[in-house]
Amino acid sequence: MATPAIRMFRKIEGLFCVYKPAGVHWKLVRGSIETSLLKGLNATPSQPLPTEVRFLALPVSEAEAPKGLTLSAASVPVLSKHPLVTGPEFQNIKVGVGHRLDASSSGVLVLAVGNGNKALNNLYNTRVTRDYTLEGEFGTATDDFSHTGRIVERSTYGHITKDKLERVLAMLQGANQKALLLYSNVDMRSQEAYEMAVQGLLGPDGKSLPILTGLRCIHFEPPNFTLEVQCINETQKYLRKVVHEIGLELRSTAMCRGVRRTRDGPFTLQDTLTRDHWAASDVIQAIGKKRSSKKNSKTQTKDSPLQPSEESTTVNQMKPVREQQ
Amino acid sequence: MVNEIAELRIQYLFTMASSCTQLCLQGRNLLRSKAVARTWQYNTQVRHCITRGSSKILNDCSINNGNHTTTQTRQRWKQQMFCYSDLATKHLATEALENKNVEENSTADVVAYKSPLLPIRDAVSVPNMPLDLDAAAEVSALELISEEEAVSITVPSDIPPASISLKDYVDKSETLSKLVQLGVDLWKLEQRPNVGSMLLKLDFNTDVAPRLLFLKDIGVDESRFGHIITQNPFVLTESLENLHSRVNFLKSQKFSPEIVASMVSRAPYILNFTVKRLDNRMGFYQQQLKLSASNTRHILARLPRLLCGSLEPVKENLKVCEMELGFKENEIQHIVITVPKVLMANKRKLTQIFDFVHNTMKVPHDLIAKFPQVLNCRFMRIRERHQFLEYLGKAQYNPDLPNYISLERLVIMPNDVFCTELALAKSADFSLFQKTL
Repeated sequence: MATPAIRMFRKIEGLFCVYKPAGVHWKLVRGSIETSLLKGLNATPSQPLPTEVRFLALPVSEAEAPKGLTLSAASVPVLSKHPLVTGPEFQNIKVGVGHRLDASSSGVLVLAVGNGNKALNNLYNTRVTRDYTLEGEFGTATDDFSHTGRIVERSTYGHITKDKLERVLAMLQGANQKALLLYSNVDMRSQEAYEMAVQGLLGPDGKSLPILTGLRCIHFEPPNFTLEVQCINETQKYLRKVVHEIGLELRSTAMCRGVRRTRDGPFTLQDTLTRDHWAASDVIQAIGKKRSSKKNSKTQTKDSPLQPSEESTTVNQMKPVREQQ
Repeated sequence: MVNEIAELRIQYLFTMASSCTQLCLQGRNLLRSKAVARTWQYNTQVRHCITRGSSKILNDCSINNGNHTTTQTRQRWKQQMFCYSDLATKHLATEALENKNVEENSTADVVAYKSPLLPIRDAVSVPNMPLDLDAAAEVSALELISEEEAVSITVPSDIPPASISLKDYVDKSETLSKLVQLGVDLWKLEQRPNVGSMLLKLDFNTDVAPRLLFLKDIGVDESRFGHIITQNPFVLTESLENLHSRVNFLKSQKFSPEIVASMVSRAPYILNFTVKRLDNRMGFYQQQLKLSASNTRHILARLPRLLCGSLEPVKENLKVCEMELGFKENEIQHIVITVPKVLMANKRKLTQIFDFVHNTMKVPHDLIAKFPQVLNCRFMRIRERHQFLEYLGKAQYNPDLPNYISLERLVIMPNDVFCTELALAKSADFSLFQKTL
């Protein structure tokens, strides 16, 4: 029977994304979302209690015969169905998390509720790229590559210029590009490879090493610099290691101050919900918006998952390289 | 020849029995769709008739010595089918009628329905039958009984003797239904060990009602009764003299009656503590914090939970404030009087907030002591708002300089007020900024 709570639950089932603040474990984020959704679901008006007919003994006065049973029918609400006795209608809901973010990173975190978990699985089985913004600082190296670790080495960074950095980034991109072609399991000399490359479908299937498909420096002011990365199958620790390696390549040291995810597959920063908007009604709105935008984008040109976004221009540069092969 | 006739009759019985089972199953489904608590009249009728029916079969069977093993088993099965069919017909009759005065009508109908089966039963001779039927079967279900006998039948109750949930008992127990009507959350209480059985054993008029009247006399609002009992169900088992003595003790400590009522409704466990314990607690707060009596009363009126919980976390928090955070005694006093919740706050959270406010926001001790609400706030909130103000260039917490923003206003205001008044920006800008952190 569809109570108002169940109807609301049908609307909540789906995919949405949330902005995870830094310093918070993703499990806590998932827990707070689940609590707020449960609160919204159990706040819906409950069904009226079912009634049943019972024979209640009337108060028999002394004058009447003791044997005579004077019973009267009365319609009495069944208290065993009262929410204070049975408990709230929804006691837990399945909230699934997409690609996880570790505690010191922040950014887009995709969550799915109920039946949306199936869609989540399907999404992550396809090749999904993610966009990150890495903030780095030259001059120190730490043991876990982030600014909260134990300092291992210090060095000068005065000799680093922007074009040196760009050269290092280009070299890294080339190496990653080779890895991409290697893992895509297609013979590079075939027509099939060319057609896949034209459509942007080259890439590893399923689990593989993390590959950066795009790398670009958007801000350089020694000692701080900011990189924008597009990658597949990565972890945040790997990205911090990349920053560390860039420092090493430049014959200095670097550590990562912040990892921020700006896009996870089709979910961008614009769709995320901030901390104040984690109530059930906001979530329903976000899910509806995302669904309608997906429908609109499907009627337009078909986008493959490895299609570059407008922000990064380096991936476009990769295409003529591939065609020459 | 006899065997052939017997076989024919057995085949006939097969078909009858199968149809009866179908009807019986339908009858059972009809039964389930009804509410659990059926009228006792139906129950007595059915059980009585079943007992009578099956016992009559036993009386009829004559004990013959024979070695018909196959026929024996077949006939035993037949006997069970007869009992089954009795049940089916009885239920069908009672279901079909839906009358209050069922007795006469049902027996009449059933008797009429039964008749085609009767001659067969009598005709087949039953050899040596081991008693594998229910022993309770003595009298035929079809005999008419008088009203007095009907009244004297004991009704087996349909309440389970043991259950994990109170919802099986709530309809039958007057105490539980009245508690639900008061607003007590039985579902929460039954998860605590032994509380459910304790509540069941209470009698409303002798146990619950006097204590509710006592609470009303103190001045507790009736709408709070449900909350109080959900928090502290043991108030219903505490003796009335103890309750009176504790309330009188609080009044003797110069708490006004309204404050006593609000303390009881916010921290119901006060009523279960001995007078000596309450006295010890109050003395502790007065000595440790070196507060005057009226200030102690003020703190306890604002946070009555201080009298209930253990004192160890409070002592630890005081040590943290003194040693780790470096507050002076008069500062701690002021903090506790303004925000008593600091005494029961999480130590780690307290140090985290203080560390950020003092070291990152560069706010000195005396300013923090002046606005202790900042220690009570969520850490993320303070951090985001400070970073937003810093980004806008408005993060100025020194009261001597212009454009001063007080800590209190920073944390207390809701988001939209904070944006428009303090940051002079739009809420949309604030959310965009939050997404860049």
